[in-house]
Amino acid sequence: MALDSKIPQGPIEDKWTNYKNHIDLVNPANKRNIDVIVVGTGLAGGSAAATLAELGYNVKAFCFQDSPRRAHSIAAQGGINAAKNYQGDGDSTYRLFYDTVKGGDYRSREANVYRLAEVSANIIDQCVAQGVPFAREYGGLLDNRSFGGVLVSRTFYAAGQTGQQLLLGAYSAMNRQIGRGKIKMYNRHEMLDVVKVDGKARGIITRNLITGEIERHSAHAVVLGTGGYGNVFFLSTNAMGSNVTAAWKAHKRGAYFANPCYTQIHPTCIPVYGDHQSKLTLMSESLRNDGRIWVPKHKKDVEAIRNKTLKPTQLAEADRDYYLERRYPAFGNLVPRDVASRAAKERCDAGFGVNATGEAVYLDFASAIQRYGKEQAHVKGLDENDAVLVKKLGQEVVKNKYGNLFQMYEKIVDENPYETPMMIYPAVHYTMGGIRVDYNLMTTVPGLYAIGEANFSDHGANRLGASALMQGLADGYFVLPYTIGDYLSDDIRTGPISTDTKEFEEAEAEVRKNIEHLINNKGSHSVDYFHKRLGKIMWNKCGMARNAEDLKSAITEISELRAEFWKDVRVPGTANEFNEELAKAGRVADFLELGELFAKDALEREESAGGHFREEYQTPEGEAMRRKEFQYVSAWEYKGEPKDAVLHKEALAYENIEVKERSYK
Amino acid sequence: MLTIKGKWLITKSAISLRDMSFLEMLDVLNNELIEKGDEPVSFDHDCREGICGSCSLYINGEAHGPDRGVTTCQLHMRMFKDGDTIFIEPFRAKAFPVIKDLVVDRTAFDRIQHAGGFISVNTSGNTIDANTIPVNKADADDAFSAATCIGCGACVASCKNSSAMLFVGAKVSQFALLPQGQVEATDRVLNMVKQMDDEGFGNCTNTGACEVECPKGISLENIARMNREYLAASLKG
Repeated sequence: MALDSKIPQGPIEDKWTNYKNHIDLVNPANKRNIDVIVVGTGLAGGSAAATLAELGYNVKAFCFQDSPRRAHSIAAQGGINAAKNYQGDGDSTYRLFYDTVKGGDYRSREANVYRLAEVSANIIDQCVAQGVPFAREYGGLLDNRSFGGVLVSRTFYAAGQTGQQLLLGAYSAMNRQIGRGKIKMYNRHEMLDVVKVDGKARGIITRNLITGEIERHSAHAVVLGTGGYGNVFFLSTNAMGSNVTAAWKAHKRGAYFANPCYTQIHPTCIPVYGDHQSKLTLMSESLRNDGRIWVPKHKKDVEAIRNKTLKPTQLAEADRDYYLERRYPAFGNLVPRDVASRAAKERCDAGFGVNATGEAVYLDFASAIQRYGKEQAHVKGLDENDAVLVKKLGQEVVKNKYGNLFQMYEKIVDENPYETPMMIYPAVHYTMGGIRVDYNLMTTVPGLYAIGEANFSDHGANRLGASALMQGLADGYFVLPYTIGDYLSDDIRTGPISTDTKEFEEAEAEVRKNIEHLINNKGSHSVDYFHKRLGKIMWNKCGMARNAEDLKSAITEISELRAEFWKDVRVPGTANEFNEELAKAGRVADFLELGELFAKDALEREESAGGHFREEYQTPEGEAMRRKEFQYVSAWEYKGEPKDAVLHKEALAYENIEVKERSYK
Repeated sequence: MLTIKGKWLITKSAISLRDMSFLEMLDVLNNELIEKGDEPVSFDHDCREGICGSCSLYINGEAHGPDRGVTTCQLHMRMFKDGDTIFIEPFRAKAFPVIKDLVVDRTAFDRIQHAGGFISVNTSGNTIDANTIPVNKADADDAFSAATCIGCGACVASCKNSSAMLFVGAKVSQFALLPQGQVEATDRVLNMVKQMDDEGFGNCTNTGACEVECPKGISLENIARMNREYLAASLKG
């Protein structure tokens, strides 16, 4: 099948407007006869479900959590980008578009990204109208801050809980529609298959996580807003329940999976501390506005710090290596995430890591505390040379900006980050890869859509900070509601879709077969045992730096581990009850397939781009070396075993941006 | 050795548990149970960074355990001493029926929100520019503080009356403090309070346990504000 990205004709700044002016619409009376299923209720799924219901469609929404408000978008901390140019610092739609394409290392689709930048400003208007309490300045207007990889302040925020506030906004919009009966909400339901009828997505099979009941749900179109697959690494900043199952089942039913190897390893996370650790915690990128990253310059100081004979605060300025400021003077501590992560790894690999495992660097707020403290003392007419006072005033400012993050850090690490620098290390955070969609956000299965992190489209090989929230809400509020209407306009005469057909029967039978196998297997090891082993393979061989030899062995090891899993996994309890182990087993089974495709994709991509760093392809200074011949999207078609997947290439053309070396120096 | 009251006994020494979070300790327990052929204990959890509100648990007589300002997932074993006995119970309230073991059904909170926890504004690219609605910073900050509620239900579990007024008060306050929330203020508070009562939550008798146990520090002021809003709405209505 040739890949058609369905990008509208015309100049880039007119494409979306022209598109909207020429699509087919569904009249309000007919919308009442059309059903749409939305799986996932994060920023993308939640905003899509609410908007589709407002338009008049009958929406069925599904989430595995006990409430839509708990989707993992809630944990996003730092902010949301929008080209409002409220700060008058030269921002524009074009500049947001440019930053995003460059930030993605020229591996995203121009037309999609431009549209994203174009609707970004509407998102802020919409959220404020909904009552989202963004941070404000004293004059009552909205405040902004800066994020990595850009030179303007375009990030809107609500302390360190922006995702929470935006999700509660989308959730409130959903609540209004649930109250009106336009959304039927299914909490604690997991999607276990997509059902295709005559080649079109017409429904899903779900498991009720409380009763274990297997259910059939039909609709005229199915939308997946099911997030990313970072948990394939076991340890990540994702929620424990975040999984690839919905996306992977869609892939097995014909949706191509694009660029699975593009994973974002976020530079500022709390380092790993032990074998029993269940997840990693992010410290928002917004901290890099004020925190300076460093390691000691000399090995002897590293040793002393590890032996605890020297405190980091005792080390003189001249003996510190602020390596990001040294290597990237133009962007300093605000280089994009992939660059910052690799730089941390480089220092730690060279032996400068500051904790017992050698895998941590400092994120230091002492300078910011000084700077803010002096400013406050000046404003209040107090003594700027009173060190104790200045420190106290400075700490108050930092507390107002990042209080919840500092508290979170202190609870986990048991150290006070106001007094001693934080220790951080990169961790898996976000997946740019995902289900391949066209300009309409439709997958290669007609009637099946993927939005938000679940799709691959807007971030290329690296996502910039505060862009995930933007994309999720853009897709759900402003893009999908148009594009899906164009498709559904053909369905006004279809009538309700029956679930009493052989397609639903077969899909349900397959789901039941899998569940029975898992329950009856009675092997010797828990699901976590296998998940942790998968995570180790992924982190060691498909992590921050990859090479052909490791990737090849990863493919073999994952395939073997998968066989072992199906033979030896132990799932206690029964299928007809609340059984978290059973739910986990199904998710890990899918991760064990995705991991193999991930490694295959990374092996095939013989270049370095964004979050994908191949050791064989780097510049003499150790920067990522992109290769022109890989300027395409890798879209994989399922053919049985993941390693047998067939590659389809979608060439990427850059007509509005010159493809250059991506430099932040 | 740590003893967890009930059918389980965890055999790790407290030293090796020290750096774990409370839920990681339960993971270890569950993996041991599974590999021994026993059934694990079910509990709700998801983000494990204190923001999703999934985790609950009543630990040694306190919602989210002995630490202050944290959820159970942020509680660390260093809060306990070697030799301690730990009692774990589910959140208890008539409106939160137990599903299994330590898992309870908190969908009553969702239904209260369906009744009015929103501003009726449709999605469109034509809402007015965000900066045409200036909001006094103090009000915006208070609205934000109220909006940081994670809907975990600790307030209900801690209240001797199983009252949900801190939760509902927080939501009512967020909108009451913002200009955008004024248009529907009357109906909102009346509808949400009615739904709260219909769900079987108790009333507030100003003990303040909810505020103490709230992992997000939601203030009792929100209950006072809701009562004011409710009174005003009732007089109008």
